[in-house]
Amino acid sequence: MTAKHTPAVKEPLVHLSKRSSIHPLHAWAIRLIAVVLGLAVCGLVAFLLIEKIQEKPEKIWDFYNAFIKGSFSTPRKIWKFLKSLSILLGIALALTPAFRMRFWNIGAEGQTLMGVLGAIAVDFYLGGKMPEWLLLILMLLAALFCGALWAVIPALFKAKWNTNETLFTLMMNYIATFLVAFFLEVWVTNGSGALPKMKTGKLPVVGGNDYLLIILVVLFLAIALFIYLNYTKHGYEISVVGESERTARYVGISVRKVIIRTMILSGLLCGLTGYLIGAGLDQSITTNSVGGQGFTAIMVSWLAKFNPLMMIFTAALIQMLSQGAAQISQDLNVSGALPSVITGIILFFIIGCEFFINYELHFRGHGQRGKAEKEGVK
Amino acid sequence: MNIWLNFLIDSLAFGATFIYGSTGEILTEKAGHLNLGIPGIMCMGGAGGCLMLNLIGKSGLPPVLIVVLGILSALVFSMLMGLIYSFLTVTLRANQNVTGLALTTFGVGLMKVIMSKLTATVYLVGPKQYYRWPFAGRQDSLQCLGVLFFLAIIIAIAAGWVLFRTKVGLHLRAVGENPATADAVGINVNRYKYLATCVGSGIAGLGGFYYIIDYMASQEAYLSLEAFGWLSIALVIFALWRPPVTIIGSTVFGFLFSCSSFITIIPGVTVTMAMKPVLKMLPYVVTVLVLIISSIRNKRENQPPSSLGLSYFREDR
Repeated sequence: MTAKHTPAVKEPLVHLSKRSSIHPLHAWAIRLIAVVLGLAVCGLVAFLLIEKIQEKPEKIWDFYNAFIKGSFSTPRKIWKFLKSLSILLGIALALTPAFRMRFWNIGAEGQTLMGVLGAIAVDFYLGGKMPEWLLLILMLLAALFCGALWAVIPALFKAKWNTNETLFTLMMNYIATFLVAFFLEVWVTNGSGALPKMKTGKLPVVGGNDYLLIILVVLFLAIALFIYLNYTKHGYEISVVGESERTARYVGISVRKVIIRTMILSGLLCGLTGYLIGAGLDQSITTNSVGGQGFTAIMVSWLAKFNPLMMIFTAALIQMLSQGAAQISQDLNVSGALPSVITGIILFFIIGCEFFINYELHFRGHGQRGKAEKEGVK
Repeated sequence: MNIWLNFLIDSLAFGATFIYGSTGEILTEKAGHLNLGIPGIMCMGGAGGCLMLNLIGKSGLPPVLIVVLGILSALVFSMLMGLIYSFLTVTLRANQNVTGLALTTFGVGLMKVIMSKLTATVYLVGPKQYYRWPFAGRQDSLQCLGVLFFLAIIIAIAAGWVLFRTKVGLHLRAVGENPATADAVGINVNRYKYLATCVGSGIAGLGGFYYIIDYMASQEAYLSLEAFGWLSIALVIFALWRPPVTIIGSTVFGFLFSCSSFITIIPGVTVTMAMKPVLKMLPYVVTVLVLIISSIRNKRENQPPSSLGLSYFREDR
């Protein structure tokens, strides 16, 4: 009866509202569903792209198996997995303080590359002319300085003139790349453009494994950053600036100072990761030394909701996906670009599922029932 | 032909890649969406066009039809990419930077997989002559000024006209500046965001197609495409969000980028190998300078759209 008297306003089929909170288990269930759906779509895409699976559909199980096989089948692969994970995690950690204050630093690629460049430049000019320990320290200082320099330039302009930091840091990546290309031309005189691996400036091997030191350093970094961001005054100031610059100003936080200080920290950590790449792994440099991980790290940090400890898991997930996909292209003899396709698809699903964590959907039918119940109470 | 004129035309032709990319990105940014997926979208546009040409390249269809079908296929593929982006960022309100980067990862990868399966003798050798009409077969850089080049100029001017001279453009800019106000006036915010992103992606995709089939017209062209997608995003800043300015800007970029290879054949000029990377760095340095200067001058019409990068949820306060 009441329906007759209400004016004919059509209620939309779906109505959205922001969730005030969600049970963590519920949220992780949603994310898990997203990953499973993503993997299903990947299987479909693999079927379309890989002839060997079209011929023998049962090979699709090899496809899923490869995700495990790619990272965990031999001890060597596990170490390699942990090493790549650490480098990716290191860059993601470096980005996090900036992201927490909503400073969209997408220049980690360049900042890390500058770190590598700083370390390798010192190694190139001073290697062999001084004791190894002193060389390693100088390399570290140079890497930290270069990383911080590349981060603080956009920060200064952001703080003073509100220059768009996303576009600025993006450009700085390319300037860094060509700077490395320039130095390679200067250093390598035979025209090949490839710098041979240097004999000096290598981090000591700890515990019998080449990668253990790097893994430990990054793990320590994750814990330290977690404490810095959550339990110190600096960390609190970063969060306040991120939430609302006006509030920060009102309570007497110098926004400029926080922006510059935090970006220096961000750049220092990028520089440190660059040092780990340069002194810990490569002892050489190419324009591709960071290999796009500066961009992947943005997703790692974002997926973990800017929580340093959670990033260990998100970095592991992304690394597992790309190593697994690389295994697939090797096993099934397809283009080496397949990992990016698979990573991309799964990222779409993870990115999309955040919506269902942040928002609640109300369908038309359910809303009506709720209203009727309320009226019944009256 | 005069060496300088040849160089100028080459810069112009090279620039058309950026005209497409940055015009597409401008439309998207004007709706408030910073689409970092443009490199991936351009790649997929190129792959889509070539995939179609691979099917019909030797079918004996009339050249006009081959040209049109290739362009349509490039449009469809890149607009599908735009649809993924807008579904995630508009409907699902996902973070734009992250979505864009994922889209680029996906698009570049998928393009490489697709292109590695095509045969260049079918999709490239015959059709490139049709796309290079009316200057096909010439030996100098004029040969690259084909159908898609002129389309780029037309699109850039048309996009500028739509954005700044029509009601649709006014609404679109309103959505990018302040979606809540636009919503209050009765503009369908989401529809504009979808429309701008998908049309913008389609335009950008043509840039990738042009680069592979016309400007480079080589089998390996697709491997170097991604970098120019990023350069297109840089060009948006350089052009201060005005599509017609991209024509000038992209010629300058094209000039700066290719002068490292051209400069060596100019008599009387010697360039060391080390100078080449420095010359290639110039477009990015110039872009940074433009970004800094425009933010210092702080003129309202030269700024990024004010809600760039932010999702819109009507019930947010």
